[in-house]
Amino acid sequence: MGVGIEVTNLNAWYGANHTLQDINLNIPANHATALIGPSGCGKSTFVRCLNRMHETNPIARVTGTVRIGDLDIYTDAKPVEIRRRVGMVFQRPNPFPTMSIYDNVAAGLKLNGYSNHRVLDEIVERSLKDSALWEEVKDDLKKKSGASLSGGQQQRLCIARALAVDPEVLLMDEPASALDPVSTSKIEDLIFQLKSQYTIVIVTHNMQQAARVAEKTGFFLNGRMVEFDSTHKIFTNPSDKRTEDYITGRFG
Amino acid sequence: MSKLRTGSTWRARIRTAEDGLATGLAVLSTVLVVAPLVAIFVYLIYKGASSLNLAFFTQIPKPEGQEGGGMANAIVGSGVLLALASAIGVPIGIGGGIFLAEFGRGSKLANAVRFTADVLNGVPSIVMGVAIYALVVTPAMPFSAISGGLALGIMMIPTVTRTTEEMLLMVPHAVREAALALGVPNWRSVLSITVKTASPGIITGCMLAFARVAGETAPLIFTAFGNSNWSVALNQPISALPLEIYRYAISPYDDQHRQAWAAALVLVVLIVTAVSLVRYVASRGVLKGAS
Repeated sequence: MGVGIEVTNLNAWYGANHTLQDINLNIPANHATALIGPSGCGKSTFVRCLNRMHETNPIARVTGTVRIGDLDIYTDAKPVEIRRRVGMVFQRPNPFPTMSIYDNVAAGLKLNGYSNHRVLDEIVERSLKDSALWEEVKDDLKKKSGASLSGGQQQRLCIARALAVDPEVLLMDEPASALDPVSTSKIEDLIFQLKSQYTIVIVTHNMQQAARVAEKTGFFLNGRMVEFDSTHKIFTNPSDKRTEDYITGRFG
Repeated sequence: MSKLRTGSTWRARIRTAEDGLATGLAVLSTVLVVAPLVAIFVYLIYKGASSLNLAFFTQIPKPEGQEGGGMANAIVGSGVLLALASAIGVPIGIGGGIFLAEFGRGSKLANAVRFTADVLNGVPSIVMGVAIYALVVTPAMPFSAISGGLALGIMMIPTVTRTTEEMLLMVPHAVREAALALGVPNWRSVLSITVKTASPGIITGCMLAFARVAGETAPLIFTAFGNSNWSVALNQPISALPLEIYRYAISPYDDQHRQAWAAALVLVVLIVTAVSLVRYVASRGVLKGAS
């Protein structure tokens, strides 16, 4: 089951660049939350702070607290433990090119020392079914490389890989922006189904996408969160002028 | 209108001519690249094949001046020396490359290691032989297979290190991020994901280094020394094909000249076979569609 995320006074820097300023936000459990805003506004940095991927960049720095469920991720646990509970899907599909489809899905478990084949088989099958890829790949699981799939299939493979470690939260950083419309709609359907089991945070440039998949939407601008409300309210009756300008296409 | 058309056919002809010229130059360059290799190989077969017989592979050299004999000890000796060299050069070289690309990136130590590797790569092989002679060959450890293997192994390190580093740096950042985002510890991600993804290139680097030292003569003169008798003992002088080629090629006897050609042919064939075999074995595990 998913858990809620509570962000308090989050600040982040890349070198001298103050990319996130005083973010406060409560992301509800088992819902999809969309983050929108122009390029460079800090929304990708924000999701990368939620699984501590931000700090893999040596010049990056973070202050503030992020509680995921009952865990303060910056004080209570190591980054590797956080990342097992908070899965991530990136903008460009990034399967492991030398691994088979099966090994890609099992990678998170295998690389953390898990080796019970019967259980792995079950988890791989369940994850691929959950990511709506099973029917397309079930005959080539161990024969084909993850890189041999189409872009849309690769992205669903990456979702399966993230689901296989049984996370509570799934972060998606523009998961469909490198895909064609058919693959995009498959990913959106998937988000719709997955949000009953996981807390989903999705960064997107596509406002229709945000409106379609998310119950809550946050609008970021220049490293600050301008407005956070129900998706319906943000897109029909935003309380901040800047949000209105953005969603009506006046800038960004 | 007709003028325009003439103009365009004229231009089309120039384009065709330019295209032909460029293609021709590319073909010519290819021929020039391949020609020396083919010439050497053909000449080796022409000169060496006739001297190849069963005795060449099963017997040890006859005393000076006698006809016949073979180079069984040198073939085995080369195998022993190259196995030792690979056992030293490959792990250290790959380890150094992993350090440069993954753990020491940008650090002073990494820059020093990279610089050292490049300098080491430029050290003439005879100097390497003399250095090992001065540092390792002592009364306690006389001329020996170990010192020969050590000299060759050290010569392999810079090539292996630098290719490993370059191949690791070619692995997309997205692949590393994917592993880290799954909660895989960094060291595990490096070994199981990054190195594995780069492994075809790393293997090529190892094979290049292997092929290079397989034909080295100079570093062996002061270290492995050569041996006219059967010996596979690691602490004794050992024979090697390049050493025998060198010794026989400058000898006054025609029969030894012929055997030198045969040994050169065998050496080249063995190197090509070893490299192809490793590539074949390494490629068997690769899946359909994997980069």
